Amino acid sequence: MWPLIRLLPKKTNLTYVKFAGFAAFLSIALCAASIVSIFTGGLRENPIEVYQQAEGTPLQRIGAIMEHGFNLGIDFRGGTSLLIESPQPIDQVALEGLGRRAQDGGIEVQGATCRPTNAPPYCAILNFETAPDQAETVEEIRAGLSSVAPGARIANVDSVSAKVSEELFSGGLMALGLAMLLMMAYIWFRFEWQFGVGAMLGLLHDVILTLGVFSFFRIEFTLTIIAALLTIIGYGINDTVVVFDRLRENLRKYKKMPLGELIDLSLNETLSRTIITGATAVFALIGLLFLGGESLSGFAIAMLFGIICGTYSSLYVAAPVILLWGVKRGTGKTDEAQGAPQTAG
Amino acid sequence: MLQLARWRVILVAVVTVFGILFALPNFLPERVRDSLPAFMPRQTVNLGLDLRGGSQLLLEIDVATLQRQQLDNVADLMATALRDATPQIRYTGRAVVGDAARIRLVDPTQMEAARRALRSVAASPTGGNDIYTFTESADGLVEARITPVHLRELSRQAAQQSIEVIRRRIDPTGTAEVSIARQGDQRVVVQAPGVTDPQQLKDRIGQTALMTFHMVREVDPGDAAAGRLPPGTMLVQPSPDSDNAPEIVERRPRFTGERLVRANPSTDPQTNEFVLSFQLDSEGSRIFCRITRENTGNRFAILLDNQVLTAPRINEPICGGSGQISGNFSAQTANDLAVMLRAGALPAPLTVIDERTVDASLGRDAIQSGGLASGVAALITFVFMILAYGLFGVFACVALIINLTLILAGMSVVGAALTLPGIAGLILTIAMAVDANVLIYERMREEAATGRSPALSIDAGFSRAMITIVDANLTTILAAMILFQFGAGPVRGFAWTLSIGVITSVFTAVMVTQILIAWWFRIARPKQMPI
Repeated sequence: MWPLIRLLPKKTNLTYVKFAGFAAFLSIALCAASIVSIFTGGLRENPIEVYQQAEGTPLQRIGAIMEHGFNLGIDFRGGTSLLIESPQPIDQVALEGLGRRAQDGGIEVQGATCRPTNAPPYCAILNFETAPDQAETVEEIRAGLSSVAPGARIANVDSVSAKVSEELFSGGLMALGLAMLLMMAYIWFRFEWQFGVGAMLGLLHDVILTLGVFSFFRIEFTLTIIAALLTIIGYGINDTVVVFDRLRENLRKYKKMPLGELIDLSLNETLSRTIITGATAVFALIGLLFLGGESLSGFAIAMLFGIICGTYSSLYVAAPVILLWGVKRGTGKTDEAQGAPQTAG
Repeated sequence: MLQLARWRVILVAVVTVFGILFALPNFLPERVRDSLPAFMPRQTVNLGLDLRGGSQLLLEIDVATLQRQQLDNVADLMATALRDATPQIRYTGRAVVGDAARIRLVDPTQMEAARRALRSVAASPTGGNDIYTFTESADGLVEARITPVHLRELSRQAAQQSIEVIRRRIDPTGTAEVSIARQGDQRVVVQAPGVTDPQQLKDRIGQTALMTFHMVREVDPGDAAAGRLPPGTMLVQPSPDSDNAPEIVERRPRFTGERLVRANPSTDPQTNEFVLSFQLDSEGSRIFCRITRENTGNRFAILLDNQVLTAPRINEPICGGSGQISGNFSAQTANDLAVMLRAGALPAPLTVIDERTVDASLGRDAIQSGGLASGVAALITFVFMILAYGLFGVFACVALIINLTLILAGMSVVGAALTLPGIAGLILTIAMAVDANVLIYERMREEAATGRSPALSIDAGFSRAMITIVDANLTTILAAMILFQFGAGPVRGFAWTLSIGVITSVFTAVMVTQILIAWWFRIARPKQMPI
């Protein structure tokens, strides 16, 4: 039975469109849940309170709610973060005391997962709210560290000013929005506007769900996650384009077939490709998740979830949207080309 | 398409050979790399700071100070323009208030003439739009403001100049692998691999060494002690190491250290003291010649950061443009001072707004785990493809190996930094690269299922899948382009790997696979598709 691809039936007759209503309900419900999670900090905060406490224009206040919605990393939150590694167990209370002596207020000590290889076995993260140029503070910590845990040292310092972190946050959101618009424009240009809208809705769906997962599970949201989101958009559109391409081809080929059937046919025809590419990507990313170290695990989670989402949404969001709007069918020769080879240009 | 065009085979062969050639240095130990003949490429992939350890500082130009300095300048220019006008226009109250340089005409009725005189100040030296805007009020007050466009331009220039100054300060010999680059209009990024104490960097960047040359005013010591100074002068303290006295000097320097082209430590043959010998540029020499001629017998003072280094008497005009400064130096201080003077002054103060330090061992770990993850991802993909497609899967794997070689070669040639997210991008590229192969193979299967011969199926598989492949990959390139625009540091590294990867993967998946399948077809003459 080798190669295994022979196990995949050459013709499948799954009826996707029949489930489109249910899928639409599911997608809308999940998107709504994600948005609720983003605006309530994963159901942990009251957005109205956050809005009232925030300063600035209404738009900035809504931005503040969104910032509360995620476990923002140092990139987007601003502040100073020290990674401390030690051969001895670290007394977190003592470390916090040390931090407090070095600087007033806004101090937080986190336990951290240590690096797996050739590193001291104990570590902790010390966060300061203020940044950067906290040279003296860092020096004081460095000097006092031996009293907390002998032999400990600072392995990593990240210090981001509020100005830069705000820019990174808004820049990241802008990049996401811009990417989606560009993709839509490209699809519109290559196909028809209904396809563009379908693709855009599919992408929005992927991004919102991924953001929802990050918000609900409080996974640290860093600059790398923005990169992951953009890649998810790239992958999602890739998947959608493959389906759309086939749909367009079939639209020319079978001019009389009802649109619903046509969509089913196109999805069935591309199914084996969807499965194989999706499976390869998922396997590769699982490797990354377990072997790539802690700093890439967030990225791997985002990508894994996004790819699963992206595959689902090209089947059940992007394509049904076209069914919803209908599409202009060619009026020329009817079904003449059916079954006959067609040279693609 | 099974009839291979010769140029395709040659193209693939040439690209592959060059790919191997350019990727090779990454696998050679440094010793071997250095002994390679000159025509061989020897660049390796440039590792980002997060993978090799080091410090990064993001510095921002203090635009407010820059603006104030420029307004000071504008006020001077306005005064000069009014003075030089014929007939002369008298003014009072030259000042900088807020974002404007102010000057007040003594006689408001001269406004029309003043406007004409000030025209030349407002005009941009390079043509184009005015760089200052003037507002007048009826009582004779003229205010000049810097246009936002010009202010941005000034700040960009200042950032550009700062790069040079910073480089000379932190890397005077030019040997360290420090990268200093402008970012946007008012920022400079300094990346120093291997430096794990950014304080040292910041100290050296922050050092100012502004040397100024002033004329000394001889004033009655009693008046000076009582704080009665002649207008336009200031009291300056001696530098701590020297045994000079405080001096009263003209506030305005005759020229500054910018006019120095050379500053070296040396010893005075007569006294055996360490001195600093310097050479001025042509403009500096001319000014120095003129002031020493006009002021023979008087004293001038050399100030370093507004402290008197030395205040010698001018015995004769000095027109060669070179001289010596003595100031109780030791060999070390003379040398340090020379380095600082050569580096010049920063055009505006810089503040650190973002600072990141990665320990080298942390970087080593990141490479190790990233490398392991990539290796496993590649292996999984290989196994998966071979299991799924058999022989055709092997072809896809060969294409993938060539693809990885090309990515490595591309990264080495471009010199783009490989970062941790970049490694993730690489893994993703591995997975996505086979997508093109999958598209082609699935198309072949479909064509074969309609009862077409293997040759026709293979042909149709390639030509029809091509449109989809191009569409699908162009969109990924679009996403990568946005990452470039937005990306900072590590994310930019991700964008590099992703875009190089997309280009090479389309090339290998389409061209390489095609050639392999065509060769196989010629030899095997299959009666039915193996997939």
